[in-house]
Amino acid sequence: MLTYLIKRVLSVIPVLIVVAVIVFLMLRLTPGDPAAIIAGDAATSQDIAQIRDKLGLEEPMVIQFGIWVGNMLTGDFGDSFYYKRTVSSMIADRVGPTVALATFTIILACIVAIPLGTIAAYKQGSWLDRAVMGMSVIGFSVPVFVIGYMMIYLFAVKLDWFPVQGYQPIADGIGGFLYRLVMPSAALSIIFIALIARMTRTSVLEVLNEDYIRTARAKGLEESKVMTRHALRNAAVPIVTVIGFAIAILIGGVVVTESVFVIPGLGTLTLDAIQGRDYPTVQALIMLFSVVYVLINLVIDVIYTLLDPRIRY
Amino acid sequence: MANSTKSKNGENVLEIKNLTVSLPKGADREFAIEDVSISIGVGEIVCIVGESGSGKSVTAQTVMGLNPPDQLKPVAGSIHLNNESILDVSQERLRQLRGERMAMIFQEPMTALNPVMTVGDQIAEMLEIHTNMSSGERYKKVLEVMEDVNLPDPKKMIDSYPHQLSGGQRQRIMIAIALALEPDLLIADEPTTALDVTTQAQILDLIKDIQKRHGTAVMFITHDFGVVAEIADRVIVMRNGHVVEHGTVDYVLSESTEPYTRMLISSVPSLTPPKREPIIKGEPILETRGLEKIYGSLGLFGRGRVVHAANQVKLEVRRGETLGVVGESGSGKSTVARCIVRLVDPNGGEVLIDGNDIAGLSQKGIRPFRKDVQIVFQDPYRSLNPRRTVGQSIIEGPMNFKVSKSEAIDRAAELMRVVGLSPDALDRFPHQFSGGQRQRICIARALAMEPEILIADEAVSALDVSVQAQVLELLDQVRQEFDLAVLFITHDLRVAAQICDRIMVMKLGEVVEEGPTASVYADPQHEYTKLLLDAAPGREVDFTAAVTG
Repeated sequence: MLTYLIKRVLSVIPVLIVVAVIVFLMLRLTPGDPAAIIAGDAATSQDIAQIRDKLGLEEPMVIQFGIWVGNMLTGDFGDSFYYKRTVSSMIADRVGPTVALATFTIILACIVAIPLGTIAAYKQGSWLDRAVMGMSVIGFSVPVFVIGYMMIYLFAVKLDWFPVQGYQPIADGIGGFLYRLVMPSAALSIIFIALIARMTRTSVLEVLNEDYIRTARAKGLEESKVMTRHALRNAAVPIVTVIGFAIAILIGGVVVTESVFVIPGLGTLTLDAIQGRDYPTVQALIMLFSVVYVLINLVIDVIYTLLDPRIRY
Repeated sequence: MANSTKSKNGENVLEIKNLTVSLPKGADREFAIEDVSISIGVGEIVCIVGESGSGKSVTAQTVMGLNPPDQLKPVAGSIHLNNESILDVSQERLRQLRGERMAMIFQEPMTALNPVMTVGDQIAEMLEIHTNMSSGERYKKVLEVMEDVNLPDPKKMIDSYPHQLSGGQRQRIMIAIALALEPDLLIADEPTTALDVTTQAQILDLIKDIQKRHGTAVMFITHDFGVVAEIADRVIVMRNGHVVEHGTVDYVLSESTEPYTRMLISSVPSLTPPKREPIIKGEPILETRGLEKIYGSLGLFGRGRVVHAANQVKLEVRRGETLGVVGESGSGKSTVARCIVRLVDPNGGEVLIDGNDIAGLSQKGIRPFRKDVQIVFQDPYRSLNPRRTVGQSIIEGPMNFKVSKSEAIDRAAELMRVVGLSPDALDRFPHQFSGGQRQRICIARALAMEPEILIADEAVSALDVSVQAQVLELLDQVRQEFDLAVLFITHDLRVAAQICDRIMVMKLGEVVEEGPTASVYADPQHEYTKLLLDAAPGREVDFTAAVTG
């Protein structure tokens, strides 16, 4: 197991190298010059050249790449082109709201989706099953910004239950923190509820045909315990896989949701950085997302071994 | 006495009267079982025998209340357990009775246990449901029942997961679960069918022993008359949902005049091999020398598990000859077959097909030899692609070897006649056929390649006895007709006795004995061969002789 973990952590390195190269090249090969944006509309080409020089963009690409990677290895992600701050401190400021939103969304999705999916499987073919599955199709097909604006219109503008937008750090009171997080999380979680509920249903249905479910019933076990103790536990591996997958694609959803609900998180930071061609910030964010993605996969693989004793590395 | 149907106090533990269970609309018949009456007294073992579709499992599961209620509904008759009408009690009471007064063990110990729970917890769950024991008391009781079913070192095994145990040990765990609360009725649904013969003998002994000690009434479902001869007091024969015969074990096995019972019994292959002329002509078409296969690796720190599945295996098969490879699970018999077909790559040795060594050939180099060796697998339900018609499955092979489509179809139609099916079956899908028919299709598929060598890997093991007899006959017929060399792999000594010219006995990857079938059976040399022959259920009864004689 330890050997396996070490191997897996080491395998992150090639992934990060590939990501680094691609991010670096993509930024520089797409049109748009950060120096021009910084200099503003009235700038002469001389001004722009000067800024480019100052930002280090006049160096050959290989050198630029070398400097960037070299600095990263010492823990220095560089300075933002716009804000006179280090990228690390900007990310540190913005990471809280995003982690809060993502965590809250996934927890909400699991709490809703797993029971729904299990009940749908247990009552396969009933109106309940069909309702759950029908809702999940809708959940899949409506984009998060549509759901977001619809919820703002209904719950904030019309009913005035929740604020239209905004974020409050947990340090300023847990009530206000949750109060402002409910709508964005709910909007973002819809698609994950659809995804996880579907996977739970399929997975539990398959397990329900297994012989050990019959054994459990033959013991005289109550149905609710048959479902939780025997069925759900055995159905867990695919469900956990899809939750891991959900966390990974959550990153994309976070960007959209944060801009709809104006939450000062990594999503809005990413958007601003890309629009402003703020190379160091975009690069650092993408590297961060990749590391998170790889780590989530590792955690999921470790969870497998806890769920199923037959899985050993 | 075997024929006493009443217990000491004159009451039956189980009394099924005129039970009828309906099938859902659209099934091939209206009732799963019809007008079935069975009674089982204290300390009595009643065997229910029948082929697939006979309704024996439905009967058992109706007693336990385990059938899906919307699909299999009891519509008439009654079931009384200790004079309590099971069909009328509440779900709550039924749950109470399950486990406490009646318990069930199933065919597949592999799948009947929850793979993610320790076996100790699974036994303890029974106590948790039905008693108020504290967890300490439960732990003690679990160790006690594990000892009761002769599991070695219960203290250590209690924390094991099912996959860490052997098939026999798992079935003992199942029995421990079932007997934890000393139920009055034990229902055993083919509990030894998935086990090796030596393990089967031990489990049968265990069930008999426990039944004697606790006076449990046992409903024992099986398709195997050998097992019936070993264990039954009384026998009930079922067919298509009806009880066709009912009597003491001696009567049913030797005196019955019921035609279906006689047909079933006479289909049981005899342990005495028929006389066969030895095949001596010509060079072997298939030969292995020093064949080696090792599964697993030592891993980074040399702690991995290594299985020597084939160890210096040497065999020879001539045209027109059937060589039987017999052994229990883990003996390496299937590994040998897979090495010959090169579904797995051998680690060493030679595989000679008509003198050409294919053991070390690349996947590309082996292609020309692929058509010479064909294989028929155990499970006809899973070895045909359900989304392709039978015809498509059969012509695919020849067309890969540049046979034109029309020619391949003609040959497929011809082969359908050979295997006893109608050529218009080619346009139908596998699910439209019975197990025996599918196995015929698999044989036709193999023959379509015009092979020199046919490997049958447990090809008749999943079939009912009457069907088994027919498929064996077909295999023997195609061997003669196409002058095939047949490698017949089986765990069933009865089947091997009937079809093989020579027998090779394998144990843990090694060949322990080899010789002409008749002499191996009459005078086994190796201890292990003797053990296998001794363990064959019902070995004292020659079924064919019993009925016709």
